[in-house]
Amino acid sequence: MDVVQLSRLQFGLTAMYHFLFVPLTLGLSVLLAIMESIYVTTGRTVWRDMVRFWGTLFGINFALGVATGLTMEFEFGTNWAYYAQYVGDIFGAPLAIEGLMAFFLEATFIGLFFFGWKRLTQVQHLFATVMVALGTNLSALWILIANGWMQNPVGARFNIATMRMEVTDFYAVLFNPVAQQKFVHTVSAGYVTGSMFVLSVGAFYLLRGRHRGLAIRSMTVAASFGLASALSVVVLGDESGYTIGLNQKMKIAAIEAMWRTEPAPASFTVIGIPDIGTHTTIGAIRVPWVLGLIATRSLNTEVAGIDNLVSDAKQRIKGGMIAYGAMQTLRGHPDDAVARAAFDAHANDLGYALLLKRYTPNVTDASEDQILAAAEDTIPPVLPLFVTFRVMVVLGLYFIALFAAMFVLASRRQLERHRWLLRVCLWSLPLPWVAAELGWVVAEVGRQPWTIDGVLPTFLSVSSVPVSNVWISLAAFVLLYSVLAVVEVYLMVRTIRHGPHAPAQRAA
Amino acid sequence: MSEYEFLRLLWWAVLGVLLIGFAVTDGFDLGSAILLPFVGRTDMERRVVINTIGPFWEGNQVWFILGGGAIFAAWPPLYAVAFSGFYLAMLLLLCALILRPVGFKYRSKLDSPRWRTTWDTALFLGGLVPALVFGVAFGNVLRGVPFRFDDTLRMTYTGTLFGLFNPFALLCGLVSVAMLTMHGAAWLVCKTEGAIRRRSRRAGVFAALALVALFLAGGIWAATLDGYTLKSFAGMDAPSNPLTKQVIRQPGALLANYSAMRWTMLAPAVGVFGAVLAALLSIAGRFRVLAFVTSGLSITGVIATAGLSLFPFLLPSSLDPNSSLTVWDASSSATTLLVMSVVTAILLPIVLVYTAWVYRVLRGPVTEADIEDDPHTTY
Repeated sequence: MDVVQLSRLQFGLTAMYHFLFVPLTLGLSVLLAIMESIYVTTGRTVWRDMVRFWGTLFGINFALGVATGLTMEFEFGTNWAYYAQYVGDIFGAPLAIEGLMAFFLEATFIGLFFFGWKRLTQVQHLFATVMVALGTNLSALWILIANGWMQNPVGARFNIATMRMEVTDFYAVLFNPVAQQKFVHTVSAGYVTGSMFVLSVGAFYLLRGRHRGLAIRSMTVAASFGLASALSVVVLGDESGYTIGLNQKMKIAAIEAMWRTEPAPASFTVIGIPDIGTHTTIGAIRVPWVLGLIATRSLNTEVAGIDNLVSDAKQRIKGGMIAYGAMQTLRGHPDDAVARAAFDAHANDLGYALLLKRYTPNVTDASEDQILAAAEDTIPPVLPLFVTFRVMVVLGLYFIALFAAMFVLASRRQLERHRWLLRVCLWSLPLPWVAAELGWVVAEVGRQPWTIDGVLPTFLSVSSVPVSNVWISLAAFVLLYSVLAVVEVYLMVRTIRHGPHAPAQRAA
Repeated sequence: MSEYEFLRLLWWAVLGVLLIGFAVTDGFDLGSAILLPFVGRTDMERRVVINTIGPFWEGNQVWFILGGGAIFAAWPPLYAVAFSGFYLAMLLLLCALILRPVGFKYRSKLDSPRWRTTWDTALFLGGLVPALVFGVAFGNVLRGVPFRFDDTLRMTYTGTLFGLFNPFALLCGLVSVAMLTMHGAAWLVCKTEGAIRRRSRRAGVFAALALVALFLAGGIWAATLDGYTLKSFAGMDAPSNPLTKQVIRQPGALLANYSAMRWTMLAPAVGVFGAVLAALLSIAGRFRVLAFVTSGLSITGVIATAGLSLFPFLLPSSLDPNSSLTVWDASSSATTLLVMSVVTAILLPIVLVYTAWVYRVLRGPVTEADIEDDPHTTY
């Protein structure tokens, strides 16, 4: 494997590993704030016991979330140095603001959350808990503004003098519609994860007949919060389908395995096997109109197919070659008016020309075959996207059904009535993680071959480091992360089995 | 002074403030972790040491994360070159830092002595390795590191991991370890009582004196080393492109700023006298908080010394001096710097206020009784 493949593998693995801890942190922090609010308003100590018990589990999870998050911040520089140099002017700011606005908040108040019980009034401690929840959620906002910009790079342009992308409109970066939707979709998915965690562990206690009071109250909160969040995930997931339809046409075409543009409104392929060789979907079952409605919110707008988008890409590559040639001229003669005009006319296609670097370093001398090959490179892996997207959607609908059922039971005070349903809750524990990870696969595999959609190809983004270094780091991460995963799961299971500490052990 | 030139100078200063903020806050918890096996003899003593930093280290570490984020946002080429150039050193640092959150959180969850001593070792390494690597990295930055840019500004680095551990850089690594150990000791003297305080006081005096000796030795050595001088460049408000200047190597250039601008001598002076005062106050055994403050001042002086010796360089290249990164050619655009300045001016004071509040709420020493009272919540 080369540096590009290894760097992608390492980033993918470390990011997905990091995201095992993030959704639980997002969800549990809000659930803790809800539970503690109830404690402060009602003064009933069982709610404080709940906060302390779920807080212990929160802490074990949070520790690894922080540890693995550090890796992510390092990797943009260690493994994606050209990316950092090329778009750092835009991409760095949300990361820095995330540190200033979110990390400080959560990391400072989490100390008080654990160590402040005796030194703070009830209201002050609740304030600390709310600040932790606010911090974790703000952190999601800023990282998704950064990620949203990778999907939809608004408010920036290429500067020849500095050979990089630079901000032209910071508000556009901040209020990027893709970022806003990703944020709500992602935090909702985190809330679903936190709710499912509480629901499953609560179900475990009820099945064993232990800690009933704590379990039932926790499950009631989790079922209501989980239902609202699961609805929000799916509704906003649909909304992001619409936004993707506007700016990442290739991604939606690949998710749907839509090879050719259909007359509007496009049909939605429920299931089938996309065949990359022939550009057809075998055994497809289609529902008329649905995709057209999701992606365009209208009955008369076409959804572009893959083949048509490839020919669009060809045109953009040719435009990019003009921009690239003009750029070479302008670097020697900054005052050349003809070259300046040519560059300005085609600057938006410059990224497409960079796709040619894989075939010809000079770009401007590319042959028709090379242009076609580069255009076909713009198709992301269709089969994985097609499959993962469908699994994610089915899981999303399943969460709504499960939380709705538990919500109805909880509101009738009959949570313990159906033991089989408690078992379903228990065994559904891993599913929100599966859905969340698949969601990232759809978002980031669907972005290929770009790191910044239409601006910078992935293969150019890497650092110029020896391949042996990346092997070493990959091996180190696999080793360290495996050990930590074992320790983490062991402590989690142990804490859950042990259950909440008896109130007598704890001085209030 | 043009707006862009001002913003660049401002962000050079902000970078310094963040590094100092990191070293002064996270520094005491890294230093306490280094001292953990020495000042804590029994399990209970070690728990006391860990719990003095338990509520704070996480917030402190954000200074480091923010430093990384600020370099990315304000000095993208520096972020790209330093992180990818120091690839394996960064990996080492990262692995050591990853041990910390899990070490604090997990150590006291089980009663087994083997489990606990394993995590104690992890925490010790989690303190020592970052302290050493930061110093070694600074040492290499002062000497220049082997990288060059091509005309698309893609960077190639030709050094190795072992090359980083050259004698001068190792000396800088020791300066850093001594400095953070001194600071950790000053912290523990404030936050513990009895035997731990006594041992910490002794360790603090030793570390402060070691810091003074090593720092002065480093200064004398630096005078004989090659430094870098900017011969010509595109201007203080020119677009950020590192390939638009000429740089020469010169012996003694590292100390040139001190003779050109006398007031900069203040930085090394504060570095030395802060440490001497911290040692004297420790020996006197009084004014514990003041000793912590002077130790922090010493750190400020040492880091400012490194920054001022380099200025206007951020990261000189020994392979191709013209590729070096300077304050004038490695920054973000004026727009980004301006946006980041406004955001920082609003948020940083808020951060300082609530951080101060948290330290106030949790003031006072940690005792064995505190841990026995609440064995499940404390670390």
